[in-house]
Amino acid sequence: MSELPPFLVAVPLLGSVLALLAGLARSRTGWAVAAVTAVLQTALAVVLAVRAFSGDPIRYVVGGFTAPFGIELVIDGLSATMAVLVAVVALGVLGYARVAGPRSNAFYATYLLLVAGLSGMSITGDVFNMYVFLEITGLAAYALVASGESGRSARAALKYLLVGTVGASLFLLGIGFAYVATGTLNMADLSGQLAEVGHGSPLVQASFALLAVGLFVKIAVFPIHTWQPAAYAGAPDSVSALISALVSTIAAYALIRIVFTVFTVDFLVANSFARTLLIAAAIVSIVVGSVLAVTQQEIKRMLAYSSVSQFGLVVGAVAVANGTALTGAVIHLVGHAIMKGGLFLTTGLVANVADARTVDDYRGLAERFPVGSVAFGVLALAMVGVPPAVGFVGKWYIALGAVEAGAWPLVVVILVSTLLTLAYFAQVIERIFFRESDAASAASAETTTDETLFTDGNGADTDRPSVSFGMRATVLLAAVLAVALGVAAFEYGQLLQPTIERLLV
Amino acid sequence: MIEFLASRLYYLVSFLLLGVGTYMMVGNANLVKKVIGMNVFQTGIFLFFIVSAFVSGGSPPLLTAPEPYVSPLPHVLILTAIVVGVSLTAVALGLIVRIYEEYGTLNENAIRKVISDE
Repeated sequence: MSELPPFLVAVPLLGSVLALLAGLARSRTGWAVAAVTAVLQTALAVVLAVRAFSGDPIRYVVGGFTAPFGIELVIDGLSATMAVLVAVVALGVLGYARVAGPRSNAFYATYLLLVAGLSGMSITGDVFNMYVFLEITGLAAYALVASGESGRSARAALKYLLVGTVGASLFLLGIGFAYVATGTLNMADLSGQLAEVGHGSPLVQASFALLAVGLFVKIAVFPIHTWQPAAYAGAPDSVSALISALVSTIAAYALIRIVFTVFTVDFLVANSFARTLLIAAAIVSIVVGSVLAVTQQEIKRMLAYSSVSQFGLVVGAVAVANGTALTGAVIHLVGHAIMKGGLFLTTGLVANVADARTVDDYRGLAERFPVGSVAFGVLALAMVGVPPAVGFVGKWYIALGAVEAGAWPLVVVILVSTLLTLAYFAQVIERIFFRESDAASAASAETTTDETLFTDGNGADTDRPSVSFGMRATVLLAAVLAVALGVAAFEYGQLLQPTIERLLV
Repeated sequence: MIEFLASRLYYLVSFLLLGVGTYMMVGNANLVKKVIGMNVFQTGIFLFFIVSAFVSGGSPPLLTAPEPYVSPLPHVLILTAIVVGVSLTAVALGLIVRIYEEYGTLNENAIRKVISDE
């Protein structure tokens, strides 16, 4: 039983190879392979999570080397949460992608590779290993973004690749500084050795700054978020949902790991510049991300900028660095993944059913496509933070933590951010539910264009996917989860207490 | 000052490479040159690791060799990072081929013009 942790990475990797090989024998077998793998992965993650929550962290040393020298896998409550999140979201998006998605086996091979990279990042206890998984995640994400058919997705992917590589390289440079200072790469070992070197040492400080800025690129914190709107808007719908739900989330998890497991709270206390860096990034990200989101016409770009501002909240919680705020950060990471993934899937569904992709297209959507409208409405309000949805619980804990720590500028920004989130979602919700689709004549014109699209409809995308039961079910499931998780979140916060306490020591 | 820098010439060069690489990525409109810039940037980091592992008069970590030993770990790390770098370059060039097929140019400004004309 104690041999389970490495399978969390190995299962999706093997699935990925299998999907490619199966493609040689028969095309369009990728989905089945991916689905089986994702189910297996979910079961594995849940089993490990149950064990991680019921006792001490699970530790596993790869290849039988002893701990500080060999690569260690550590699963505590936080890593287990992320591993389960990755598996569940991957499974959910598969439900959507069966009919909607790119269907080639190569796509599903890359898909599983991304899952392997993300799971690896969640459970590794070694900083260099984390870099390798970060790059695997990155590579798979670039390829997935490029799986759209237009030149736009190729350009978005290249931009993502160039910016993302710089981020990951800075992360690697940060590891280099830490290694020069201490001569070790194991996270637990590093935290002790860095303290011995002294938290005021320029090497340690430079290492922290490089690691943090490298991860900021991956999280998409303003002003190094530029890859994100292009990538989310240029990718196929299933891909934007998967990437928006997981890639930045796991990067934010990595930031929590680096700050608290490797550098510890003592480092933040000893270096006010580190805290200032985090708080400044958080505040700028929250405010500018929201303002940019308000100005967007394309729904997917609006959602992308919304991610910039939501991850600002998480970075803010890391800067506050107390138990309440960190609980909030973890809940918000999970909640945001479900809500944002769900919103992107809803956007895809709406685009397929009603051919609407911009804010103005959403006028009168409630009449044309009630199911999608309700799902979008619920998810958007959850994101704004209307209780009892999960978006509320995360923000509540983060705000409470900021009050406890007396970080008043952050408290103000968090409250304002709720208003700003409302500002960009309200304009969409108002168009969906309270406006006629232009005039009656325009509405009929739209239906005719819809019909022509269906009759001779193969201009840009050749096989316009029909809307399957799976697509609707996934979207509704996400909306239900966004509310249901809110009810469960307080209990989950209790469950997370021992893990958070261990992080804050 | 100059003496101080001269004694750390290798570090200086590796950080110079980071600067050159960044400038190439930002300043060049040609997509292939941007990728070359990315490679230069990464090479700077690789060299930083290798330089940090240098021990004057050190020998390979074999029991038959005399002390002091050189830690092999940075070299191993950089081997891994080089593999990552190669895959990144491959993916980037693959994307560039697609972009070239779509727009018929590798110049970023020209691509922007093609898009705004459409």
